[in-house]
Amino acid sequence: MTAVASTSDTRDVGSTASGGGAVETHPVRRRRRRRLTGATFIPWLFLLPAALIFLVFKFIPMAEGIRLSLFEVRPFLGDIFVGFKNYATILSDEKFLTASWHTLVLAGGQTIGAMVIGFWLALLLEGHTKSLWFVRSAVFLPVVAATAVIGEIWRLFFYPAPEGFLNEVISWVGLGPWEYIHDTDTSLVSVMFVGIWKHAPYDMVLILAGLAGIDRQQYEAAAIDGASTWQRIWNVTLPALRPVITILLTLAAIRGLRVFTEVYVLTGGGPAGSTDVWMTRVYTTAFEQSEAGLASAGSVLLFLVTLVLTVSVQWYRRRKEAR
Amino acid sequence: MSVNSSRFDSAIGWSTRQDAWVSRGIRVLLSALAVILFCGPLLVIFSGAFDDNPDPTQLSVIPDNPSLINFQVATENKIWHYLTNSLIIAGGALLLQLSVSVFAAYALARKKFRGQAIALLVILATMMLPEEVIAIPLSLVIGDLPLVHVSLKGTLLGVILPLGAWGFSIFVMTEFMKEIPAELEEAAKVDGAGELRLFAQIILPLCKPALGVIAVFGFNMIWEQYLLPLIVAADPSDYTLTVALLALRSDDMVGTGIVLAGALLALVPSLVVYLSLQKSFLRGITTGAIKG
Repeated sequence: MTAVASTSDTRDVGSTASGGGAVETHPVRRRRRRRLTGATFIPWLFLLPAALIFLVFKFIPMAEGIRLSLFEVRPFLGDIFVGFKNYATILSDEKFLTASWHTLVLAGGQTIGAMVIGFWLALLLEGHTKSLWFVRSAVFLPVVAATAVIGEIWRLFFYPAPEGFLNEVISWVGLGPWEYIHDTDTSLVSVMFVGIWKHAPYDMVLILAGLAGIDRQQYEAAAIDGASTWQRIWNVTLPALRPVITILLTLAAIRGLRVFTEVYVLTGGGPAGSTDVWMTRVYTTAFEQSEAGLASAGSVLLFLVTLVLTVSVQWYRRRKEAR
Repeated sequence: MSVNSSRFDSAIGWSTRQDAWVSRGIRVLLSALAVILFCGPLLVIFSGAFDDNPDPTQLSVIPDNPSLINFQVATENKIWHYLTNSLIIAGGALLLQLSVSVFAAYALARKKFRGQAIALLVILATMMLPEEVIAIPLSLVIGDLPLVHVSLKGTLLGVILPLGAWGFSIFVMTEFMKEIPAELEEAAKVDGAGELRLFAQIILPLCKPALGVIAVFGFNMIWEQYLLPLIVAADPSDYTLTVALLALRSDDMVGTGIVLAGALLALVPSLVVYLSLQKSFLRGITTGAIKG
């Protein structure tokens, strides 16, 4: 059956390719041709809705964004072509430079923090019992909750007065009171903390999947060799998790670079720009300062960085697999 | 405990013996701590929403003075209108996303045609294109659609349509459809089934597990949207519930309790979807991350 299907497929492709533009007159060939064009036409018909949406809402905006990034956009007055001036302006803009630094710190901190916490959670909650499954489901809830909701509740916890919720809690161990997102020194770390809290359970699920794939006999062998628990985790578990960790790092780093909602909801970039990241900067430039050209240049730069990051990780993974 | 369970069932070597009190005790304690840390904040939303006057300094897991006053005041602040916006967007966009993904996947997985590799590459490209990057030009495109010159600004359709196609769903669906044996299709063709019947009666019913995965992921992705509804809105009455939370909070006349009532309404649908399709969700995370 399969063999028949595949030979007829090859013939389909071949004849359509050769007879595409010719005018058919022969009755037998005409019938055959209609079937053949139908075979190539139908897949595109099924792809049409997706193609249309992607074209209008992804590719045209992307092209438009690149075009706008080369213009000084003046609504109702007509745009002026300025070449790469917008890019130069952004790359020398103090606020954008600070924002890019914040973005890197936030992305790096969240990525590593979420992974470390996720790893500990996975070690703690690995197992098949019903109660562990229940705990895992409960711990996973922050991942499903919308970022805007999480932002609101953490803003309340971060209430800066000594009677604030989190300040009460840390006072039990003799710390605080802190002002969290309201103090320029602690605001970025506070935003990072919320991000770690939201993303760690996600990392936990992937690490758990990785842990499930490790051969139990390796653990036993290590134990027979007299390795301690920590040596076993360091020498057996972590190396086996390397592929999962690579994937997590890539996903989290890309997600971290484009961070917007968390920051916008928690601090709006403040206080005094201390949590301003690349995307909040772009948003302010576009919608508060109405500089669509500058904002587009900022978006294109972010896209290029993400692209370079994705492609180089893919390339690195391919090269490793090929070896 | 099953007979063949050993302490090497877990990387850290948790003892599974009933009499290992110390190991079990530590594990129970740490698990409880994890649950408090990760679920506690969400529980506070519940209690605060039902408390008659929640104060940021006196948050608790159980409301001090249980009442529905927050929801009554929230009603005056059009909270149900925002929720309706959110639900219409979620329902419409999800329905569109599911159909578009299933159609596209059918072509990609079950057909061989010229340009197939290019089609796959284009879809992959959309996944490499972060939504945030195109937000600014997208707001212009939505204000003046190419060719037809219609403005979707301030409409729910303006949020629904851009979410209608998602590369991730198409890929998950395609991978799944590839696994369906060709014999089934051949048999139906012999019986004289046309293309649409083949699609609707043979392939689609077999895709239910994958539909679960892309439904729960799609819902989550749509409910999480923030920047898109924010830029499409022409005035605050177009906001989704998640976007409206910020506006409610910034309003000095609105107290913490009302914001928490809104947050609760925004939280509940995600919880319901997650808890009812949990298996699909966890399966999707592992396959999605490795494929993508």
